[in-house]
Amino acid sequence: MSVQESVDRLNAEAVNSAGRRGPLFAARTKIHPKRAEGAFRRLKWIIMAVTLGIYYLTPWLRFDRGPHAPDQAVLVDLASRRFYFFFIEIWPQEFFYVAGLLIMAGLGLFLVTSVAGRVWCGYTCPQTVWVDLFLVVERFFEGDRNKRIALDKAPLSLDKFTKRSAKYAVWLLIAVATGGAWIFYFADAPTLAREVFTLQAAPVAYITVAILTATTFILGGFMREQVCTYMCPWPRIQSAMLDEQSLTVTYNDWRGEPRSRHQKRALAAGESVGDCVDCNACVAVCPQGIDIRDGQQMECITCALCIDACDSVMDKIGRDHGLISYATLADYNTNMAIARGNSGAIDPRNVRENGTGPLKAGLAHFNWRHLVRPRTLIYLVLWSAIGVAMAYSLATRQRLETSVLHDRNPLYVRLSDGGIRNAYTVKVSNMTNQPRTVSLSIDGLPGATIALPGRTVVGNTADIALPPDQVETLRLLVALPPEAAKGERLDFSIVASDATAGETSRSAAVFEMPKEDGR
Amino acid sequence: MADREIDELTGTPTTGHTWDGIKELDTPMPRWWLWTFYATILFALVYVILYPAIPLVSRATNGVLGWSSRDAVRTEIATAQAAQTAYRDQIANASMDQIIANPELLQFATRAGRSAFLVNCVQCHGSGAQGSVGYPNLQDDDWLWGGSPEQIRTTIAHGIRSEDPATHMSVMPAFGHDGILKQDQIVNVSAYVMTLSGLTPRFGVTSEGATVFADNCASCHGVDGGGKQDVGAPSLKDAIWLRSPDQNAIIAQINNPKMGVMPAWEPRLGPVAVKELAAYVYSLGGGTATAASQ
Repeated sequence: MSVQESVDRLNAEAVNSAGRRGPLFAARTKIHPKRAEGAFRRLKWIIMAVTLGIYYLTPWLRFDRGPHAPDQAVLVDLASRRFYFFFIEIWPQEFFYVAGLLIMAGLGLFLVTSVAGRVWCGYTCPQTVWVDLFLVVERFFEGDRNKRIALDKAPLSLDKFTKRSAKYAVWLLIAVATGGAWIFYFADAPTLAREVFTLQAAPVAYITVAILTATTFILGGFMREQVCTYMCPWPRIQSAMLDEQSLTVTYNDWRGEPRSRHQKRALAAGESVGDCVDCNACVAVCPQGIDIRDGQQMECITCALCIDACDSVMDKIGRDHGLISYATLADYNTNMAIARGNSGAIDPRNVRENGTGPLKAGLAHFNWRHLVRPRTLIYLVLWSAIGVAMAYSLATRQRLETSVLHDRNPLYVRLSDGGIRNAYTVKVSNMTNQPRTVSLSIDGLPGATIALPGRTVVGNTADIALPPDQVETLRLLVALPPEAAKGERLDFSIVASDATAGETSRSAAVFEMPKEDGR
Repeated sequence: MADREIDELTGTPTTGHTWDGIKELDTPMPRWWLWTFYATILFALVYVILYPAIPLVSRATNGVLGWSSRDAVRTEIATAQAAQTAYRDQIANASMDQIIANPELLQFATRAGRSAFLVNCVQCHGSGAQGSVGYPNLQDDDWLWGGSPEQIRTTIAHGIRSEDPATHMSVMPAFGHDGILKQDQIVNVSAYVMTLSGLTPRFGVTSEGATVFADNCASCHGVDGGGKQDVGAPSLKDAIWLRSPDQNAIIAQINNPKMGVMPAWEPRLGPVAVKELAAYVYSLGGGTATAASQ
């Protein structure tokens, strides 16, 4: 027995063996999505109208806040560091509300994704919506899929040039409008619009418009599905977000296979065939250019247009809708097991009476109860908890704030009578849009007297007039007479109160004294 | 380079370099990348022509636009100063009491005064105006030459024992050094001075010190030791000591006094800055409302 005979050959192959090697870079194959008709397409038109409407129109909504604040309903005022959303005004120190909103958006995305997959990607993502809009323009000027493919191949002619130019012009208009709408969120929209058109707006406005115009034009017109596949991180997170009970756009192999382009002939020949007539309608409409029949893929944004395309084909050949449908992996697996039976290959006789009749009972269908599961409940509870907490916090928050900074140098000052004085910088924020008068006093320091340079103090209380929506900085002097200035430090409060509004803001403060009476 | 080897698999020429059998493909750069590269070169050329760029021995080339960062700063400062002119003009024409009474003007003057203070005054008076031994604390309510806004302004403008003709000027005699008082008289008066502010002297006869005080010191420091701001004589009966409450230090001061000196600031900073400084010092909290006697 030779050595060679005693060694087993392992079943292994180099990953880069000659047969597997291909070029590292593959050029993009241009996708020409065909127009789809159906329930999901209608839903997407509605969502497109609503989302675009919200985006373009929101800055123009007015909301009266009185004479001291802007009347724009939604405004990010970067210059004065205020964020307005209808009746809510947020100061920079309240930015956690925005963080809370972002957390809610994140959890909401998790919830929706675990229930129905990439709903965000397929219906509401700006990339999807604007690509859809750009495709409308493309179809208007160049026709549907086949005409566009032909036009692409055709040499440059006057006709092609006209169509292309018109398409690009309208795209550019949309892109400018998109970039233009963005800046109106950051300044008074009517004023800024006038300035923009009379060339008097700030350079940053034009630069922002130019950048967003360029990104809209390029991402919506040319990059398209590459944004989803190569640029966006969200598709990579999908796999962690989906589980067996999540609804996703699914090609139901168990009733589609074996597919056949010649169903009648095959049936006549006694072969069993599935519902899929291999018409490629689902591939033609796909804006991502994939074949859903290959199974769930990273590129799929679950826009559901293949469902519409397939359902209309099923109508033509007189079969039930739902060869491609929203289905869960659990249901799919159950039905696949039934379809495979014992043989291992899909056999239509396992799912249909006589192989061609109606679908058999016992197949799994979507059950809304599957939506209620620990995972979705946890997301929902967390999401609502943050929402409720933020709403409560917003409803009860103070609109009068004080902050106190003790002078650091010197910590205390000895007065000629032997008393001790401390100085504080007190900032009083009037977070309302009305001027108001608050009374500033101290609490918890018996015997102390206060003084505010340049202001009148009556009965150890100073009335401070606060301008609307501003912070007033005050210098507060607190003095203790020699007999009271004992010990090292005393805690007390600085109190600002507005009797009319019933608001009081207290800040803890410390009165510092020399370690020992070193006279 | 005559026969470039073409890689079989990709159809791309190789560079001809081989390392251990590994060859390098000579893949052309994407066209857009190349254009971007040329664009950056063009940008650099234009930049070098327009802006200061190439370092020479003492300075760089000027550039066609003549832009310089110094000019930019100068313009910014000029703009800022132009914006402040309205306030400075008001301050120039207002009395100290008018400045104090006008909240907007007071705020501007106080802030401007603070920046001037941080440049010119902190060396002696400390960054918090808290002073140190021999340099008065400007936060407290004890004033050598008066604590009203106008008195503070006068003191800053003309200085103390400075070369300014209108300066505050006074001299405490060197009672020991010049032999005006005997040593035991000095010790006794130091004991008396300590009792004025409630301190307990370690040595000396207080009652005899009182007599010495009345004869030699009361003319400037007041009969009760309360000081006299007209001559910058400190109050001896309050809790604040410019130097030290230690008896030896008091004796040393009577023997051969040290007297503070402050330059006149108006010739250096101008009347407006002096008013701003006065407003800042006044705002620290120790100032008195009027030039009342103290």
